[in-house]
Amino acid sequence: MLFTENVLVALAGLKANIMRSLLTMLGIIIGIASVIAIMTVGNSITLIVNSTMQDIGANNLQVGVMQKSSDSESEDTGMNYGSGYVRDMTDDDLITKEMIDSFKAEYSDDIKYILLQENVGEDYYGAPASKVTKGSKNANVKIVGYNVDYMKFNKREVLAGREFLAQDYLEGKKVCMVSDKLVERLYKGDNDSVIGQEIEVSQGGTYYTYHVVGVYKYVSEQFAFGASDNPTTEIMIPLMTARLENHNQNKGFNFMMLVTSVNTDNSTFATTVRDYFNTRYYARNDAYEVAAISMASMMDSMNTMINMIQLALSVIAGISLVVGGIGVMNIMLVSITERTKEIGTRKALGAKNSSIRLQFITESVVICVIGGIIGIILGVILGTIAVKLMGYSAAVSLQSIIIAVGFSMAIGIFFGYYPANKAAKLNPIDALRYE
Amino acid sequence: MADNIMLDLRNIHKSFFIGTPNEFEVLHGLNFTVNKGEFVSIVGQSGSGKSTLMNIIGALDRPTEGEYTLDGIDIEKAKDSELSVLRNKKIGFVFQTYNLIARTSALKNVELPMMYAGMGRAERTERAKMLLEEVEMTDRMMHKPDELSGGQKQRVAIARAMANDPAIILADEPTGALDSATGRLIMDIFHKLHEEQGKTIVLITHSPELSQETERIITLKDGHIIGESKGTWTGLKAKEGE
Repeated sequence: MLFTENVLVALAGLKANIMRSLLTMLGIIIGIASVIAIMTVGNSITLIVNSTMQDIGANNLQVGVMQKSSDSESEDTGMNYGSGYVRDMTDDDLITKEMIDSFKAEYSDDIKYILLQENVGEDYYGAPASKVTKGSKNANVKIVGYNVDYMKFNKREVLAGREFLAQDYLEGKKVCMVSDKLVERLYKGDNDSVIGQEIEVSQGGTYYTYHVVGVYKYVSEQFAFGASDNPTTEIMIPLMTARLENHNQNKGFNFMMLVTSVNTDNSTFATTVRDYFNTRYYARNDAYEVAAISMASMMDSMNTMINMIQLALSVIAGISLVVGGIGVMNIMLVSITERTKEIGTRKALGAKNSSIRLQFITESVVICVIGGIIGIILGVILGTIAVKLMGYSAAVSLQSIIIAVGFSMAIGIFFGYYPANKAAKLNPIDALRYE
Repeated sequence: MADNIMLDLRNIHKSFFIGTPNEFEVLHGLNFTVNKGEFVSIVGQSGSGKSTLMNIIGALDRPTEGEYTLDGIDIEKAKDSELSVLRNKKIGFVFQTYNLIARTSALKNVELPMMYAGMGRAERTERAKMLLEEVEMTDRMMHKPDELSGGQKQRVAIARAMANDPAIILADEPTGALDSATGRLIMDIFHKLHEEQGKTIVLITHSPELSQETERIITLKDGHIIGESKGTWTGLKAKEGE
């Protein structure tokens, strides 16, 4: 009853001094707009990072051979190389096929897949650029060997031909699957015509030849900037084939990825994995051990970091809200002085102090909320443009909008209270006599 | 106390700047009563203390000393919030400068005291329309104060004063800012309220001429009542008959 009446009076007042009202709101508008824009950008980045990591697999564990950390029990050998120098990794430090097999047998309930991959021709500095040439055209590629689990986990749509057979994996046959992009570029998109062909990949001065057994559908990577018309696609080969090419067939692995069962708690399983390998195989290793990191915990720490940055930026932007609030307070004080006689009249007509206070607090809240709403609209637009410019789709957080509305109301109440209280406490006689 | 007494002021003193070297007394112990249904004027030159007296009668201010009873309510004992309610329900103010709320329609202005009294929206709008009709402002009720003439504003103000059917109408120089013809019109409205509805009206004015239109004249000078006399008014009908 009184509330709607107050809002109407406030709106009429704002309309009567439209320029003044807009200028007063400006501080709130800028403050809310920047907070919302920052939240939108932050929110979008979080979503993109998370979905990318989700693609890699949130219930994945990365297991790798790493230098022993200095605080672990490495002193028991009595041979210290001194800090700062650690000997190079040798074949003896790697995780062997046998270790993996017995590990998999031990934890068959928890492990769904063990993913292993190896790039052909890769050394310490990465693999050199490779390409397939046909006539005057060529396609950028990289040759990657995958194990059975990897192919099952990272399932690609097969457009023509077949996937690898058990024999291909076991014997390391020189077979491959190529992407439809490559076929499009070199074979005019005729997938079937490629099946059964020999394909030659040149890598620096080295040539590798494979028998094409299948064509898979290429999926572009999330974080690739700009679409190239000649993207680097994978020539997929069986893991054993790649290891034979690299003469690694008898060596162990320094890295693998575990895909765990849905019911497995990854952070505790990470500890289990670490302990399993380190107590069994790495207790006496002087420099290396196995480390296991869960993607979930990586995602958590990544999100925490983004949130921290977002919060810090929002707080800085929020300072302008305080400045805006002071502007509102200032204009409310002016307005109350201007309307002293009105306040006196209202009191003579029977308005209680609380009614007068409520009227002016409502007025200040109305200014702030209108400013807040304009700010939200502006912020969403700015944030969306920013995210679009970075090449992603924007995700506006509803939560931030609700917070923004609540916050602008709070500013209205906080900065409106003092002027409103001053108005409420005016002596009716003085107020009536005011000219 | 007699049932027919509306205002009862006894030994009313009012001082300002109490406790400072500038302390001075404006009202020096006033005694008078106003009966229910009476039309009384308080006359005095400026500086006579009539505005101070009006503030006390209107419960906008408290006397420094003395007892004031309005329609049986002891003002001295009432809290500030109770005085708000009292002003709202018992007193209808009419000011020299109209004091309508700017940017608000005539209708909303009349609704205002009823809103503060907590009356429902539909009910108060209906009553406000009825009151505006009585002062012949129906066709201008959606106009804002700055779109109305002085006389029209004062008529709206009278309608507003009547909003909560107050026990007493307190009019402070109601025709002071109007030309004589318009002022005559406003005075006729007061007479109508008095004669037809039996309203108790206290008119505060500096004009002895205007005060003659009331039933009883209380003359104030330098904070003292220096005389009481009967007015020469013989009623609206008598005037029309002239």
